[in-house]
Amino acid sequence: MAERFVTRGFGGRPRSAVGLAARIPPGQHLVTDFPVLSAGPTPRIDLATWELALSGLVRAPVKWSWPEFLALPAEEFTKDISCVTTWTKLDTRWRGVSVDTLLEHVELAPNALGLVAECHGGYTTNLLLSDAVNGQAFVAYEYDGKPLPPDHGGPARLVVPHLYFWKSAKWLRALRVVDRDRPGFWESNGYHIRGDPWKEERYSGD
Amino acid sequence: MNTLQWQIATITKITPETAKVKSFTLSLPGWIKHRAGQHYDLRLTAPDGYRAQRSYSIASAPERTGEIDLTIERVEDGEVSTFLHQVVVPGDRVEVRGPIGGYFVWDATTSGGPVLLVAGGSGVVPMMSMLRHRAAVGAKVPVRLLYSSRTYDDVIYREELASLATGGVEIFHTLTRSQPAGWTGYARRIDDTMLAEVSRPFGASALTFICGPTPLVESAATSLERASLRADRIKTERFGPTGT
Amino acid sequence: MRANEELTLDGNAVGGLLDEVFGADLTAAVGTCPDCGRRDALATLRAYTYAPGVVLRCPGCDGVQLVIVRTPRGLRHQLRSVIERR
Repeated sequence: MAERFVTRGFGGRPRSAVGLAARIPPGQHLVTDFPVLSAGPTPRIDLATWELALSGLVRAPVKWSWPEFLALPAEEFTKDISCVTTWTKLDTRWRGVSVDTLLEHVELAPNALGLVAECHGGYTTNLLLSDAVNGQAFVAYEYDGKPLPPDHGGPARLVVPHLYFWKSAKWLRALRVVDRDRPGFWESNGYHIRGDPWKEERYSGD
Repeated sequence: MNTLQWQIATITKITPETAKVKSFTLSLPGWIKHRAGQHYDLRLTAPDGYRAQRSYSIASAPERTGEIDLTIERVEDGEVSTFLHQVVVPGDRVEVRGPIGGYFVWDATTSGGPVLLVAGGSGVVPMMSMLRHRAAVGAKVPVRLLYSSRTYDDVIYREELASLATGGVEIFHTLTRSQPAGWTGYARRIDDTMLAEVSRPFGASALTFICGPTPLVESAATSLERASLRADRIKTERFGPTGT
Repeated sequence: MRANEELTLDGNAVGGLLDEVFGADLTAAVGTCPDCGRRDALATLRAYTYAPGVVLRCPGCDGVQLVIVRTPRGLRHQLRSVIERR
């Protein structure tokens, strides 16, 4: 391999601010804006027909309409998020319903192992139940005190801050309980099955 | 040298075209003759290895050897275009690969015509390569360009386009935001009537190229198909910043 | 960052990447959408590039035709459409 050519004057992304380094996972850099990444068009979703389903390996599947979903106990949480494309954003403020709260409405089958997030537009991602419970995952509908904008996954998206942000699926419509950790959209296209930023689990095989 | 191999180009000249658009002349050690309408990939590399890559249309004629012009609009928040506009000076070097593209291309001697070009904003750049190519080889293929800009000052290559409008080339401008006093061109967004007027002399057989922002490209393509131009003779390119 | 829709490109813009994956410029090759059957040049597909990989979708039905991901161990792609080289 030839020596890498460096473009004069191109600094790339700003370095991590001093004092915050301990909060930035390896290989990541800090951003202050909120980049919009998407593998497809932003779906137009009508709240009048919006539903969130909790289905799969449960005794009785549940569906929430938008008013029913908003009536569930919600929490505010402030978390750092890391995208596998190497940006990290600190102190993002959300409001949403924890996956724990949703799971209280169903009885899981004994072989339940994971969740598949299914989204408008066809996107999917997989999560182990052990990564979704105990306050680790939320279905969020507010960002920074305002309704979640469509570009950022509104009306409601998954937020799983301790994993790379592709796990935080936008435009969520169902969580399906499954007995196998089957790869979702990016996981079956070369990305890591779990995606822990602190372990740099970016690609399958990492 | 092949088109996929990255090479280090030297920027020999930077020419302002409008307030937001500059042309960059790149001297290429591994120059390969391009086809009008093709582009180059350009990438920037930071000392820590971070890279940003974009794709830019070639503005110059294939007949110019050893160098190419890329005409680049500065995009708001555009990481690469902002760097090229604000940091790069003649003598700087950047990595490029190309020429790339086998679809949105026109060869004056083999592709035929008549040719209808529809451009919005910096979507005129690949069309400029086609017009310069036509002039360089002395082709007689009739060409009509319908070019939409926001204001008179946003018209890229204004004077050169005027000088190219001869011997079978006709240029139609539309200014969508504001028009100078005495403006005789179109003064609205490209619509069915405008496209019908410009394309009419060529009939349904025109070879059509449309390049610009997505909404313009889609509405123009749909409109021309409704006007019964053959869909397989309409080629489109949506421009914008890419990150691959 | 601008609206997602404005950032949508088409297959022309990823010609270099297609060449890296398939060893030929495939922008003029014709793809058939596995979902709706639309046939057109790969150059006409919508390209989503602000993502962990490049996703090419059918402009007719938004169905995924091709996904390309660059990993440290090389390029990976998942092809769903039928491609005819001309």
